[in-house]
Amino acid sequence: MAKGRFGKYGGQYVPEIVMPVLTELEAAYEKYRNDPDFLAELKSYYMEYAGRPTLLYYAERLTKHYGRAKIFLKREDLLHTGAHKINNALGQVLLAKRMGKKRIIAETGAGQHGVATATVAALFGMECKVFMGAVDIERQKLNVFKMKLLGTEVVPVTTGTSTLKDATSEAIRYWAAHIEDTHYIIGSAVGPHPYPTMVRDFQSVIGSEIRQQLLKETNGRLDYLIACVGGGSNAIGTFYEFRNDANVRKIGVEAAGRGPAVGDNAQTLSNPASRPGVLHGAYSYLAQDDDGQVIEVYSISAGLDYPGVGPEHAMFHDEGTVKYVGINDQEALDAFQLLSREEGIIPAVESSHALAYLEKLMPQTTSDEVVVVTLSGRGDKDVQQVAKALGEEL
Amino acid sequence: MSRLQDKFKELAAQNKKGLVIYLTAGMPDIQGTIDAVKMAEKSGADIIELGIPFSDPMADGPIIQAASYQAIQRGMTLPKVLDLVREIRKFTQVPILGMGYINNMLNYGFEKLTVDAREAGIDGFIIPDVPHEESGEMKQLCKKQGLHLVEFVTPGTTENRIKETCTTADGFIYCVSVNGVTGVRKIDYTPINNVIENVKKQTDTPCAVGFGIGTPQAAQEAAAKSDAVIVGSAVVKLIMENRMEEAAGLISDIRQALDEKVK
Ligand SMILES: Cc1ncc(COP(=O)(O)O)c(C=O)c1O
Repeated sequence: MAKGRFGKYGGQYVPEIVMPVLTELEAAYEKYRNDPDFLAELKSYYMEYAGRPTLLYYAERLTKHYGRAKIFLKREDLLHTGAHKINNALGQVLLAKRMGKKRIIAETGAGQHGVATATVAALFGMECKVFMGAVDIERQKLNVFKMKLLGTEVVPVTTGTSTLKDATSEAIRYWAAHIEDTHYIIGSAVGPHPYPTMVRDFQSVIGSEIRQQLLKETNGRLDYLIACVGGGSNAIGTFYEFRNDANVRKIGVEAAGRGPAVGDNAQTLSNPASRPGVLHGAYSYLAQDDDGQVIEVYSISAGLDYPGVGPEHAMFHDEGTVKYVGINDQEALDAFQLLSREEGIIPAVESSHALAYLEKLMPQTTSDEVVVVTLSGRGDKDVQQVAKALGEEL
Repeated sequence: MSRLQDKFKELAAQNKKGLVIYLTAGMPDIQGTIDAVKMAEKSGADIIELGIPFSDPMADGPIIQAASYQAIQRGMTLPKVLDLVREIRKFTQVPILGMGYINNMLNYGFEKLTVDAREAGIDGFIIPDVPHEESGEMKQLCKKQGLHLVEFVTPGTTENRIKETCTTADGFIYCVSVNGVTGVRKIDYTPINNVIENVKKQTDTPCAVGFGIGTPQAAQEAAAKSDAVIVGSAVVKLIMENRMEEAAGLISDIRQALDEKVK
């Protein structure tokens, strides 16, 4: 069995053409992941450019609203570019620079990872191409324009269903043809080894900071940890630090969309109908039809709208290390409005899925317990869509 | 000896280069694929690579992506590909390799697939998203049924990997001509020819060059060091456009070019 397995999940299911560059990346990552200079440089960009550490904010009014456990929000929404995606983009661009690569490519669905990648490419003066499904380009015009402003070329993908999964395949195809000078910054904890490990490591700063910050806030007490799961990068970054803390209950929230029918949600782990398979280089749980064709999934949140999930989550799911649940569009919209009203914080629709789980969790908690929700991003990008969903004309 | 090994032996005995034609199963429809196999064989194909359509074909360029997508839309499934092969076996013993992505096969159950594929008349598999590292168990399951599992080398495959691949290679070695995906374009065959020279020192397993070949001249260049060439997108494009006669013409022109080159 190959390297890069999380239990039976993960692996390197990629064409032979890509193997040399994956091997090169793996070697570079092994070399730098514990290299003091690399880590110091990454830390300085986290602090001086991205805005780390992010606040662990005590949501007093939200806590009062539920009248049970204390609720804290890990404010990844306060990062530069407005989401946790920049943690990974910075780590990978620094690695790409050390590998002598000249060009960065990425895939994007909602455009958040595309913007984060375009941003770091601008910062390091690298050429950048972002692959994006034609359907998503139409849905996310604001982020498309942002990427262009940042000097990135947005490449429309019109194959298959013209969405995120097709953009990812196209990025891999482009990579296969330009392996000498190109680094592919994948946007979540998915893809072939070493990506799931590398993305997890770059996002793990979220959980490490939470542990540190709780020492002061709650004397280290933590009972529940909640994060939303698309590909699973903010969630793995949140949970990893606490993976062996059995007393911390970890909950990954997937998008239950508009219902349980196939194609109406983006639940890969919390959906009893989904089963393991291979997409984009990794063996993990996968939304697929009876013939093993990958299906187009749905969520109101473009960032959760991916048919696969990171392989480490698949292992955590089987082991019971993390519990995975679904939150539907309406529940997420309600949470979006609740946090805006109660705390003056407009959350990303993705993060609203994590927040919405509080409705279910809080009645079971007691006032001495502590809940942390990772607020993976801010909601400015979603305001127009939410207005529409609420029947408002802007 | 398998149908595939017999074919390569026969080609070697006649001092001929092999011609592998890729067809997407279910394009333009099931009967159309049957007709295309007949046409290809009649026009000079030695081996058929039958594409099992997948929703996310990572190693394929625009033409085969589109063909796969349309085939799925028209209801093609892996069990139907097996039925199709059963039909094809009623009229020909041409070697048939199933080319597909691992997810459909895992979904079907890989072991069950090897049993059913053998019974249907498939001679082996080409699975582009299963590199050497991941192929161990599948290789054994294929072997148990007497099926080949074709492995790949590319211009970038390192010396060590070439060595490993040569020790386990079986059926033929798929020599990818260029870094990239399937689709016709002008290619410099020098890098892959160098790899093939290296491979030839280490194994007797035949080498077939694929990716990019769309003209008789390209086929000649690709055949310089190899035992066979693989033509896909150029033929699939014509079949998708219902230009079956032109597809036949292209295949026989390539056949002729390969035969001339050897003389
Ligand atoms: C704000 C925000 N949260 C969450 C996600 C989901 O990604 P992941 O599961 O990798 O954290 C996205 C993806 O675009 C996002 O933009």
